[in-house]
Amino acid sequence: MEIVYVYTKKRSEFGRQCNFSDRPAELHVDILPDISLAANFIVRDPCNVTVQCAEEMSEHEVNTERFESESRGINHVEGGWPKDLNPEDMEATIRYRKKVEKDEHYQNTIMQIAGLMEHCCKQNNATDIYQEFFEDEDEEVVEESEEQPSAKTINVFRDPNEVKRTATSLSWHPDGNHKLAVSYSSLEFQRAPNDMSFDSYIWDIENPNKPEMTLKPVSPLVCLEYNPKDSHILAGGSYNGQIAYWDTRKGSQPAEMSTIEHSHRDPVYKVIWLQSKTGTDIFSASTDGQVLWWDIRKMSEPTERLVLDPSKKGNLDNALGAVSLEFETTMPTKFMVGTEQGLVVSCNRKAKTPAEKIVCTYSGHHGPIYALQRNPFFPKNFLTVADWTARIWSEDIKESSIMWTKYHMAHLLDGCWSPVRPSVFFTVKMDGTLDVWDILFKQNDPTLSLKVCDEALSSVRVQDNGRFLGCGSQLGTTTLLEISAGLCTLQKNEKAMVSEMFERETKREKILEARHREMRLKERSRSEQSREDEGKEADGEESAEELVARAEREFFEIMEAEKKKEWNEERQREKEKGVCEEKDFQEEHETNGVSSFKRSEISL
Amino acid sequence: MAEVEDTLKRIQSINGVIGTIVVNAEGIPIRSTLDNSTSVQYAGLLHQLTMKARGTVRDIDPQNDLSFLRIRSKKHEIMVSTGGL
Repeated sequence: MEIVYVYTKKRSEFGRQCNFSDRPAELHVDILPDISLAANFIVRDPCNVTVQCAEEMSEHEVNTERFESESRGINHVEGGWPKDLNPEDMEATIRYRKKVEKDEHYQNTIMQIAGLMEHCCKQNNATDIYQEFFEDEDEEVVEESEEQPSAKTINVFRDPNEVKRTATSLSWHPDGNHKLAVSYSSLEFQRAPNDMSFDSYIWDIENPNKPEMTLKPVSPLVCLEYNPKDSHILAGGSYNGQIAYWDTRKGSQPAEMSTIEHSHRDPVYKVIWLQSKTGTDIFSASTDGQVLWWDIRKMSEPTERLVLDPSKKGNLDNALGAVSLEFETTMPTKFMVGTEQGLVVSCNRKAKTPAEKIVCTYSGHHGPIYALQRNPFFPKNFLTVADWTARIWSEDIKESSIMWTKYHMAHLLDGCWSPVRPSVFFTVKMDGTLDVWDILFKQNDPTLSLKVCDEALSSVRVQDNGRFLGCGSQLGTTTLLEISAGLCTLQKNEKAMVSEMFERETKREKILEARHREMRLKERSRSEQSREDEGKEADGEESAEELVARAEREFFEIMEAEKKKEWNEERQREKEKGVCEEKDFQEEHETNGVSSFKRSEISL
Repeated sequence: MAEVEDTLKRIQSINGVIGTIVVNAEGIPIRSTLDNSTSVQYAGLLHQLTMKARGTVRDIDPQNDLSFLRIRSKKHEIMVSTGGL
């Protein structure tokens, strides 16, 4: 119920100052209680009221500036002796000690303290108060409580330079995982300021204040990888197209660099170590369209070269620019390249002719494929991250991916599978969020979505134990996160369920593919037939107006035919009144691809 | 004087005790059953730690004082009994 008070004012009085005056109160509305409404309520007796008589306090949070700490040792030198005493002098020290022992206060204190000490020593001997109970039971009673998947930031490593660069790639140390190598560069075309430093760092994850080691290349590094066999060796691909490798025992300068003439012409986006007897082979990919193989002992020339030309002619002008590479040690002859154009090219290393090297392509993405990785448990399926989606593919289905995420609001810039759970993968986006996807749990949305920072996240890498992951951002901040146990322990039947899921999706795609093929065949045969019927010109090219005129003519013809049919039928209907009929008209217009429509009519 | 000696001997003879050190307020080991350099090292380090611990306890409650400090490590346990009872 609204209570309003209405008053009128003359227009000539608008804007005049207010003259206030006093008058006694006027009663405008008097609403008397309605006794009948009281029947809807029950009297509550007794009422519990909490009262507190205490000081009111407020809670405040303050974040202090970053505290830089360093670990140092202390050298203790003997001291505390009185000034006139020389600690080296044996006799003097003995004399001093004897003097102290004679003091009465000393003796009293000792008695007191010693009593307490004795008590505690005897206590220790009586029971072991730190005994481990339930040691064996621990393993069995690990009930997967319904804990929420979560992740927490352990450490943040910031780029120590003034001018911030993007952390373009991360690589975990192969043994022990205590170190993280991060490569920094500015990928914006010609936007790198002149005083930008070229260094990349190796961080010790316990110490976020200072990098453990600096790598000084000739040009900023775009990608960096540890050698999985030898943890002292790292290979890096730089912005100017050269490849370099470092030995951490030998210092910050690259141990060897490839010559400019034989390197890539564009930044090297990915470098991967190969499985070989010598453990010194790497291959690299770049947007200039080439994939080059190198032996690090002899960096003056690549051992092999492949041009990513889809027409298989080795023509560099046609070549697709490569942005990501994929190599699985269990399948050493095959590798895959993700291109700038959105195609994934699958290649065979052992092919005899360069034309046969490129086996097949997978298309489906709209933009450059930033990440490409096979599922560590099911190598036939691989993950690609590009434009606004992440897709899972099966090697057999070339037309489309078997599973995909929805189109997000921000670009996805990197992704990777979890090495311990076949159904979990991670993606990072341009708005700074990290998404953790568990396809067994939920396919439409990420299981966990975390906002790591405000700027774009450009790279993500999971450690081999699946528990820690590092993500690098556009301003060079690398964040180390620990994810909850539920997301990194293998569940029962997980492998079986994931393999079932992949098979099911693969089958679905196969069926769809077969269906599409059928439809296309039909279309083709139909269009061929119609062309014969109408006896059109041999060159098959019609101008736009002729097409429109033909379309109009055909349309009106069909309309006339339909109208006549209707009219006849109505006449028939009038004859057959009282009978239920349901009619379906179906008209199809196939000229110029106008879609078909249905009309249904129910008549009495 | 003799009681002090007895007490210290008694503590040293308890099963499991490796060594005993008596340290004065300045951090000088007055009496010790270990060698000099070890005594000096323990005395110096534990003195600092005890000061810190005592400071912490008194910051929380000024009427309170540290009476006993046990440091349990993987290999041994160090027990410090301080003068504040």
